[in-house]
Amino acid sequence: MELLRFATIGSVDDGKSTLIGRLLYDAKSIFEDQWDAIERTSQNRGEEYVNLALLTDGLRAEREQGITIDVAYRYFATPKRKFIIADTPGHVQYTRNMVTGASTADVALILIDVRQGVVEQSRRHAFISSLLGIRHLVVCVNKMDLIGFDRSCFDAVRADFEQFAKRLGEVEITYIPISALNGDNVVERSTSTPWYEGPALLEHLERLDVTDSEDFDHARFPVQYVIRPMSAEHHDYRGYAGSVAGGAFHPGDEVMVLPSGRRTRIEAIDTFEGSIPEAVPPMSVTIRLADDVDVSRGNMITSVHHAPKAARAVEAWVCWMSERGRLTPGARYAIKHTTHAARTVVQSVEGLLDINTLKEGPGDGLSLNEIGRVRLKTTEPLFVDWYAQNRRTGSFILIDEVTNNTVGAGMIVGATEEDD
Amino acid sequence: MSSTATRLTHLQALEAESIFIIREVAAEFERPGMLFSGGKDSIVMLRLAEKAFAPARIPFPVVHIDTGHNFDEVMEYRDRRVAELGVRLIVGSVQEKIDRGELVDETGPRASRNRLQTPVLLETLAKHEFDAVFGGGRRDEEKARAKERVYSFRDDFGQWDPKNQRPELWNLYNGRHRKGEHIRIFPLSNWTEMDIWQYIAEDDIEVPSIYYAHQREVFARDGMLMATSPLIQMLPGEQPFIETVRYRTVGDLTCTAAVKSSAATVDEVIAETAATRITERGATRADDRFSEAAMEDRKREGYF
Repeated sequence: MELLRFATIGSVDDGKSTLIGRLLYDAKSIFEDQWDAIERTSQNRGEEYVNLALLTDGLRAEREQGITIDVAYRYFATPKRKFIIADTPGHVQYTRNMVTGASTADVALILIDVRQGVVEQSRRHAFISSLLGIRHLVVCVNKMDLIGFDRSCFDAVRADFEQFAKRLGEVEITYIPISALNGDNVVERSTSTPWYEGPALLEHLERLDVTDSEDFDHARFPVQYVIRPMSAEHHDYRGYAGSVAGGAFHPGDEVMVLPSGRRTRIEAIDTFEGSIPEAVPPMSVTIRLADDVDVSRGNMITSVHHAPKAARAVEAWVCWMSERGRLTPGARYAIKHTTHAARTVVQSVEGLLDINTLKEGPGDGLSLNEIGRVRLKTTEPLFVDWYAQNRRTGSFILIDEVTNNTVGAGMIVGATEEDD
Repeated sequence: MSSTATRLTHLQALEAESIFIIREVAAEFERPGMLFSGGKDSIVMLRLAEKAFAPARIPFPVVHIDTGHNFDEVMEYRDRRVAELGVRLIVGSVQEKIDRGELVDETGPRASRNRLQTPVLLETLAKHEFDAVFGGGRRDEEKARAKERVYSFRDDFGQWDPKNQRPELWNLYNGRHRKGEHIRIFPLSNWTEMDIWQYIAEDDIEVPSIYYAHQREVFARDGMLMATSPLIQMLPGEQPFIETVRYRTVGDLTCTAAVKSSAATVDEVIAETAATRITERGATRADDRFSEAAMEDRKREGYF
């Protein structure tokens, strides 16, 4: 059974939490005591029906205000797949929490209220999810029951979204007419939409091929931890532990160690259960090398033929997540890229993204929840790929060195090896 | 170097993620520790730590916050496992803090040491200067936990601030903190109760015998089956009887209930878990029944 991670995104009140409640309910993943608790709360509040959103709005403040503040994770399984859902908040001020939930997703489910059509926040979230490298988008046109399952309304939303989606790049988009409240086309195909020939949502999620979430072509292994047992039995053992970030590794493969550039061969790939013939993303393994080369945390073992770029100057889309100050040229931060920690200084802000037009405009800095194209210089070379090729070696975070908070999320689009 | 785009099974993917997190903490923190109670989640977590550093030993100590109200089978298991792995065990004792007059036991038939764990936990973390502590919490257990990050930042008082959590992107975890602050680490965040049991089955992991069906003297309270014990005072009308039960969770004996069950093997437990209609905490934990936000409130106070 495979794991599929998806995020629900979109505007407030489009029914994200209700849809998740419906999926869990119909997949029999809501337990009686959970149901009793939300039923009681709904009754106490005088709500007409059981409020499924209460299942994921787990914080006191969220229940008091009736909104989602932070991402909630939910789990369910069918005989075909196990699902991890990140239910993300719709409000603009909680965009950083939405980004948190979407960063690890293979699929994004965007909900659109059929009566409202494609609003600004739907576009913003769809765009952020494509920027985050999510290649599969499911547009759930919701609340179809409120317009009598009228096909023309669905088609209008679809046409509108298709027009906008031309600017999203390589994203596979599926449109499904649903009623999250009543369950139409959520788990079972609805008899109310005879004109719709596609799958129900769950069917689609069970079948979707998401192997393109990983880069299986370019071998990348950021060294996380050096294992040296210091015991009589394993006196000479020296293994490099980490998670495979790209490609495939086999015993005997010729590899290169960065930053030294030293070439060697893989002696063995170890796991607790024994040595294995192949390691692919996202396996956690321990690599032993044939030669005695100097390797430590933050170094990268890579393919000889398709090495990442060793860069001290990178260009990236940065999503700014601090309310404490703007990102401006000259500012310094700690940067974490794969297992490598360094420091960085902002060289320039090349442009600011207008979320409505999806066009880049001029800008001299980034405020909370803004996204811009930024050039950075780092104290040490980073071994990078473009984010579109590899989410693991193409991403970084920026950390405020005073507050220690994570303040920026970066997706690399360019790099130069020399300082310029 | 090309591959056939192998997809891992869900258990392989969860295992890989957890091992990554455990190694990341060992690499970036100076003094990590891992909570180990002898419960099934912490057993799996410790097993993953064993795998993460093999053939070397686990490079940090394990910590048990001991309420003194333990199941004998679980303590015996704890000590045996610690000896097997050659790790150091640090015990923070609620009883000792009570004996020193720094805590007072609750009284009455519903007395529990659950809340007393928090000050002992914080004292133990401070005494040993831990800057990171692994806990076996899972997001499917409870709605406040469903909101918590893998790296959960705690201030000088061990408090969680749910409205102000750090963004957590990709697998780029931020462990930076000031002296006195620390991070709680949840490597099993994405595991469910079912995943834990499937992993126990697949990996052939031994768990304490009380997780499997056995005969025990119990009494009914609030719709739950509590073990009779000198530590629990029965209320008028509560009658002891013998029942075939097992435990779904293992915690302080005074606030952990058993469930009626005939599941005597790991496969039978998996079948039972698939069919159950009640969450494990809802079925067995008196401590979560205080209010709708009981867990969130305790976490704000520094609870795990």
